[in-house]
Parts: sequence; structure tokens; C-alpha cells
Amino acid sequence: METTLAGHVVENLPQVTATGVIIKAVIILAVLSALAGFGTFIERKVLAFMQRRLGPMHVGPYGLLQIAADGIKLFTKEDIIPQNANKLIFMIAPIITAATAFIALSAVPVFPDFTIPEFIPLLGGTFVPSIASDLNVGLLFVLGMMAAGLYGPLLAGMSQSNKWGIIGAARTAIQFLSYEVVTGLSILAPIMLVGSLSFVDFNDYQAGGIGSWLIWQQPVAFILFLIAGFAETNRTPFDLLEHEAEIVSGYATEYSGMRWGMFFIGEYANMITVAIIASVVFLGGYDAEGALGWLFIMLKIAFFFFLMLWVRASWPHIRPDQLMWLCWKVLMPIAMINIVITALVILI
Amino acid sequence: MLENFAASLMTIEGFAFYLFSVLTIGLFSVTVMSKNILYAMTSLAAGMVLISGFFFILGADFLGVVQLVVYVGAIMALYSFAMMFFDATRDIKEKNTSNAVVFVLGGMTALVLVLMFAAPIYSESIQALYPMHEGVGNAQDVGMVLFTKYLVPFEVAALMLLVAMIAGIMLAGKKMDDSLTEDMSADDEIMIEKDEK
Repeated sequence: METTLAGHVVENLPQVTATGVIIKAVIILAVLSALAGFGTFIERKVLAFMQRRLGPMHVGPYGLLQIAADGIKLFTKEDIIPQNANKLIFMIAPIITAATAFIALSAVPVFPDFTIPEFIPLLGGTFVPSIASDLNVGLLFVLGMMAAGLYGPLLAGMSQSNKWGIIGAARTAIQFLSYEVVTGLSILAPIMLVGSLSFVDFNDYQAGGIGSWLIWQQPVAFILFLIAGFAETNRTPFDLLEHEAEIVSGYATEYSGMRWGMFFIGEYANMITVAIIASVVFLGGYDAEGALGWLFIMLKIAFFFFLMLWVRASWPHIRPDQLMWLCWKVLMPIAMINIVITALVILI
Repeated sequence: MLENFAASLMTIEGFAFYLFSVLTIGLFSVTVMSKNILYAMTSLAAGMVLISGFFFILGADFLGVVQLVVYVGAIMALYSFAMMFFDATRDIKEKNTSNAVVFVLGGMTALVLVLMFAAPIYSESIQALYPMHEGVGNAQDVGMVLFTKYLVPFEVAALMLLVAMIAGIMLAGKKMDDSLTEDMSADDEIMIEKDEK
């Protein structure tokens, strides 16, 4: 028994305090905003490597300081609001994207839990949990929050009184709505197996090593979830929202400076969220490999992130009608059949 | 009365409740009052998000999340898809024949609704017919009630949705085989050329 500065009694199983949750929230915000910047650098380098180019090379060693240069550019750029746009909605839209992306991250396990060492003044001994807000229905909450994220691009496109923006917004609505169905249905099969919506239960269910990973029992659901995840995070075969060859930049056409940057941060945060869900639900969770579990979950998340870049380098865009065909005539029926088969197997 | 209010405002639940209430009512007022489609739509969606907050305060996490997924993610998004057909940046002109009639009818409906929902609270304290079980998740509790007591309404609702879905497919699917974007006559010409060869 020991007492932290916040006055809470800490037993053997550390108690989650308000201070710990706030620290966690700050860590998530800081690290992931920075990761979004670093992610662009990695993306450009990986794409360059796959296309036999050099990528950014001029700013700093191997172009590493390109992140700083891009950041300075984004922060100092003029924030232009078009004359005929609905100014309030135009200003709010990027905040919705960034906010929903980070709220979604509050219910998934990000980084291992740890206790701040005693020798640090003020905050020493505070237990920082792995999941900022451990909901019973965490999985549904994350999916719901990502669904709410569609208002960012939607309102952005509709408020800017720009043809490309409107087309981008319409594409947002059809793409996100359609693929939400696939995401939900594909993840329903593992939920039925585990019998819970909590990430902790998913982690515990797969505690028996690689053999007990859900990917072996639900390979179809895994692939469906990945495909739908690409569509929901607006990644390249499915980035119709801002397909630069067709609609300039879609919903983001009129945005500049930090407002555009917020869309960007939101997109990268969503990519990381999808990677975390895929790792925890299908690839064994965060302490599957014992003491080094936190390292392996990072590697799994990094792999999914890399996979998104890899796919971008390898595959062309698809047409909107192909996107709808894929969703409603291929992926959704497969997801339904998968659920029925899973239910039959559970019953028998 | 006022002391009770002040005391409840001090607790986390009370503060959250009043915050969400004020924000929800404010946002829904914007939905009703505003002449701009975008403002109305945005405030309605934001109000829907805040309503899920009430479920979270009551400990009904599952229903709160369902509120988020269904109303914010699906229904509001469909509304907004319909909004694509309007010019969102221009104010709309409402065609009210008489403001007084609208005011009286709206006010009466609101009054009746308030009375309906307030009556049981006033007469006796509300009892939970299906209290939550300890150690059982929210989703399981909802499922148990839904598949025992309310099985028939549940199935009827499912059937009605199926009927609506088939009707929707029938209405929209008449010309599904024709492409709206491609010029069909161009295809015919190609076919004719093929035939001639």
C-alpha cells in the first residue's frame, strides 16, 4: 500500500487515477501528432525506395529534417478561407477529423502501461494505463467514432462552395457509409468467437501464443477488415475522396496551412487506429509474447503501417463504380457468409 | 430546490448531465431555427453525439455506442447525402402560411411529450423493470431482454426493414443494367460494326 500525490490509494494492482488518464491523453496527443509528421517522411522514403527514387534528400542527413521544414511550412502558411464558403463550418470541419481520430484512440491500447518512477517530482508513482478509457464496448466505440469521422471531409466539402469539394463530399458519404458495413460485419465474426466487445478480452482470448491468434480462425474476416480499413482511412486503392487525377484534391481543395494539416493528422491517426485494431483483434494483442509483448505489438502496428504504404506503391486507384461493386457485391456477401459459418460452427 | 441543483452540479455526473442538456437543447434549437442547411445538419449531428453522452452517464455504454453508430454514423450521414442536392451555402426560404399555427402546434406537441414523460416521474419513482446484472456486460443484458421479452417486436421490426429494403431495391433497380454515364448508342454502333464484319 502506498499513496500517490493525488491522494489515491494504490494497491498491488495499480489503480487508474484521473492524473494517469490525463497524462496518457497528453502522451497520445503528443506522440501521434509527431508520428503523423514522421509518417509522411517514412511514406515518402518508402514510396521512393519502391519506385527506385531517392525521395527527400536535401534537408538534413537523408532528408530527415524534412519533417521540421514541412512543419514550419504548415504552421506559417496563410490560412485562406474562400469568400463564398460557409466560414464557421469550413473552420470546424478539420477539427472534427482530428478530434474524432484522437477520441477513437482513447479506447484502444496504445503503448504498454507503466508507473512513473518515484524520483520524478510531482507525478512520481502515478500509474499510466495502456488504454486511456477502458470501455466494456471499446471495439464498437472505436468503430462508432471512426464513423463519426466522416463528418470532417463531408462538411469540409459541402461548406467550401467548390465543385471538387462537393464531389469529394459526396464520395466521402458513399465510401465511408458503404465500407462501415463491411468493417462492422467482418469484425462481428471474431466478436462472436470471443463473446465480448472489450479489447482486454480479445487480448486475453489470444494469450496462448501464435497458435491461438484469431487470424488462423478468422482469415476471411481479417482480410475483409483490412480492405475495409483501407477504405475507411482513405488510403490508396480507395482514396477517391481526394483523387488528385480526377477531382484536384476533393474535400481538401480549398484548405491550406494548419487546417489542411489537421486533416492529415486525422488520417494518420486513423491509420494507426486501424493498425492497432487489426493487431489486437487478429494478431494476438499486446502481451501475447510475454514480457516483450509491448515490443511485438509495436512491430505489428508498424507492419500494418508499412503495408498501407506498400499497397500505395503497388496498386493504382480504382473507379467509384468499382469501389461500390467491390463493397456491395463482393465484400458484404462474403462477410455475411463468414458470419453464418462462424455461427454454425459455434452452435455445433 | 436551488441548493439541490447546486449540489448536483458539483458532482461529476450532475455537471456532465447539465452540460450535455444545455448543449443538446442549444444545438437542436439551432437545427430548428437556422435557415442554413449546413448549420442545421451539423448541429443535428452534434446533438446526436451529445445524446449518446446521456447513455454513458447512465452506465449504458452499449446503448450509447449504438446511438453513435446508428444515428451519427448512418442516419445523419444519409440525411447529409440528401443535402448534396441543395446548394448548401445559400439560405433557404421557408414557406410558412402562418407562424402562429406552427408555433401553437409545435408548442402543443412539445407540451404533450413533456407531460407524457414527466408523469411517471412525478407520480412515483421509476423502477427498473430489467435491472442490469452484476458482472454481465451491457450488450449481454440488452440481448437477453431483446431475445426473450421483446422477441416478437424485434422480429417484426426486422421483417419491416426487409420489406423496406426490397421496396428500395425495386424502386431504384429498374434501370440498374443501364449505365448512366456511358453513351449506350456508342456501344450499339460498335456492335453494328462487329456484325457487319
